[in-house]
Amino acid sequence: MSPKITKQNEPEMIQTAKDSRKQNVALLQIQNLRVWFELRRFGFGVAGHVRAVDGVDFELGYSEAIAVVGESGCGKSSLMKTILGLYEPTEGAVIFEGTNVSEMGTKGLRWYRANVGYVQQDPFGALAPFMNVHRILEEPLIVNGVRDQAEREQRIRKVLEEVKMFPVDDFLQKFPHMLSGGQQQRVVIARAMIMEPKLIVADEPVSMLDASVRVEILKLLRNLQEQHHLAVIYITHDLATVRYFSERIFVMYAGKLVEKASVRELLYNPKHPYTLALLTGTSEPDAENAKSFKEVPPGEPPSLVTPPPGCRFHPRCAQKIDGVCDVKEPPDFQVAEKHLVSCWLFDQK
Amino acid sequence: MATTDKTLLRCEDLYLHFQTGKGAVRAVDGVDFDLAYNEAVVVLGESGCGKTTLAKAILRLLPRNVSKYSGKVYLDGTDIMALGDEEFRRDVRWVKMSLVPQAAMNSLNPVLKVGDQVAEPLMVHHGVKKEDALQQAHKMFQHVGVPDAFLSRYAFELSGGMRQRVAIAMALVTAPSLIILDEPTSALDVLTQANIFNVLKRIKHNLETSYILITHDIATSSELADKVAVMYAGQIVEVCDSARFFANPLHPYSQKLMASVPRLRGETELEFITGQPPSLYDLPPSCRFAPRCPYRFERCEEDPPMINKEGRQVKCWLHA
Repeated sequence: MSPKITKQNEPEMIQTAKDSRKQNVALLQIQNLRVWFELRRFGFGVAGHVRAVDGVDFELGYSEAIAVVGESGCGKSSLMKTILGLYEPTEGAVIFEGTNVSEMGTKGLRWYRANVGYVQQDPFGALAPFMNVHRILEEPLIVNGVRDQAEREQRIRKVLEEVKMFPVDDFLQKFPHMLSGGQQQRVVIARAMIMEPKLIVADEPVSMLDASVRVEILKLLRNLQEQHHLAVIYITHDLATVRYFSERIFVMYAGKLVEKASVRELLYNPKHPYTLALLTGTSEPDAENAKSFKEVPPGEPPSLVTPPPGCRFHPRCAQKIDGVCDVKEPPDFQVAEKHLVSCWLFDQK
Repeated sequence: MATTDKTLLRCEDLYLHFQTGKGAVRAVDGVDFDLAYNEAVVVLGESGCGKTTLAKAILRLLPRNVSKYSGKVYLDGTDIMALGDEEFRRDVRWVKMSLVPQAAMNSLNPVLKVGDQVAEPLMVHHGVKKEDALQQAHKMFQHVGVPDAFLSRYAFELSGGMRQRVAIAMALVTAPSLIILDEPTSALDVLTQANIFNVLKRIKHNLETSYILITHDIATSSELADKVAVMYAGQIVEVCDSARFFANPLHPYSQKLMASVPRLRGETELEFITGQPPSLYDLPPSCRFAPRCPYRFERCEEDPPMINKEGRQVKCWLHA
């Protein structure tokens, strides 16, 4: 991997990080993470909590791409923002290269944020309208103490070439509103890439784009991931795009990961009733679709303030076991190698 | 109610241009298509190709800066373009055809109860008393699968999927023969989307409604389509029945669009269309897709006509 930050301001943390890498520690560990938001009553008393993320565990290796799939309101954005260090975990920890993100302090966080790139959902909303492309890309370099103007210039050009904005000179002086949606998203990706991070968090990076541009951006992200050996967390609601991008999929429902498996395993051998529903709900272009109804569960995801007891999917689940699913929360059951399902149907005992 | 084998709607040479500071925007530029009773046609295209404007042109919901609005639109055999604005409002809009607008979830009035909103078109167009209209609204809510208790709720108390259903109920309440759906599920989750399409299919089956579905989402459009019309830069470039279209599109643009659809399974490589659609201010005299087309040859300098090929229509010289 290429150097991350110029030598003079490289914190010691990187040294420890390099050591931990030798010991084969995962790049990112999420341990029993809970992110709850307080609901206030008249500004004072607590009226309850929104349990946006409620007990999430996973590990992410170096240069591994994973996808978190779920419907809106399932807590996937809260999970992502906690990983980025924007929210404090209520419980549990986000550990990056062996260091807990909540214990990093200002200097550590600056180092952390240079190592974690963020690709937002809505590119136009994510780019400052009064800055041109050059300024947008220069900002993170200045913040991270790249003092040499020539170096900054060279890195901006390099990153724009990497996201295939040719010829670079045509774009440098442009403002976001002068670019098409696809180009705006490229600038957002370039900004996430410019500090040469180890991890990119992409929050629905293509959901606001047109169908034909979507593929272009996905391919670009995939190429960058392979070239730079980046780890990527791809957050999406669209299962169909996941296959082109990541190695593992986590399915999230009401604040919990209900199924974790490799992409192939999940698409061809899905286990959790919710995953099955998502796969059924996803259409493929086929004229036969018009002739039949889709069997999808009725209702909507539960409130995260008062989630149902037991398995959170049980009120919508057709295979519910009375007296089990509505009482006890299911743990993760292993159904195949590296395939975990949180559903009582797979209890071996 | 309706007989089959009969044309419900026919657009001939429909134009809608806007005047702006930069010149005329040719958003709908000579569109022909027809739609039979109880049929669903999907209008597919990228953003900015004029598909929403086509819906507005058919419903005559026009902004002030229109510079050209011409052509013929036959609905049930009468040319509705010849009607005066007041006649159109009284006899056509929301009586014979209605619209589920884009982002329907935000198109509901925040200060009215959703039940009253659904009942309103009946009161306005058919002079029905409020109690009876609410009764009818209640029936529509059952059709779209919204619980009765929601009649007296406000839009903000409903989830996105429920609001979308209410918007569909509002379009249905006057029993129009045609509903234009403008991106009805683009902001919704997968499961909600599948539920809404189930509702639309059931309505089509039970109430014999026809649909024009405007969307850029090819995969979900196949849930409803009987016929597909592909739009590019203000024109329709291919019209075909859905069975043959989804299996084997003819126009190079349609082929590229189909190749860009992510599939759940299978090993096909995704493709994308390089370049950008032409600006609607300044359209080339050639085939409008020619600059991006991989099969371009000399003849493409000339604008191709609509060519009939085995009952399908395609606007491309390759099939002449």
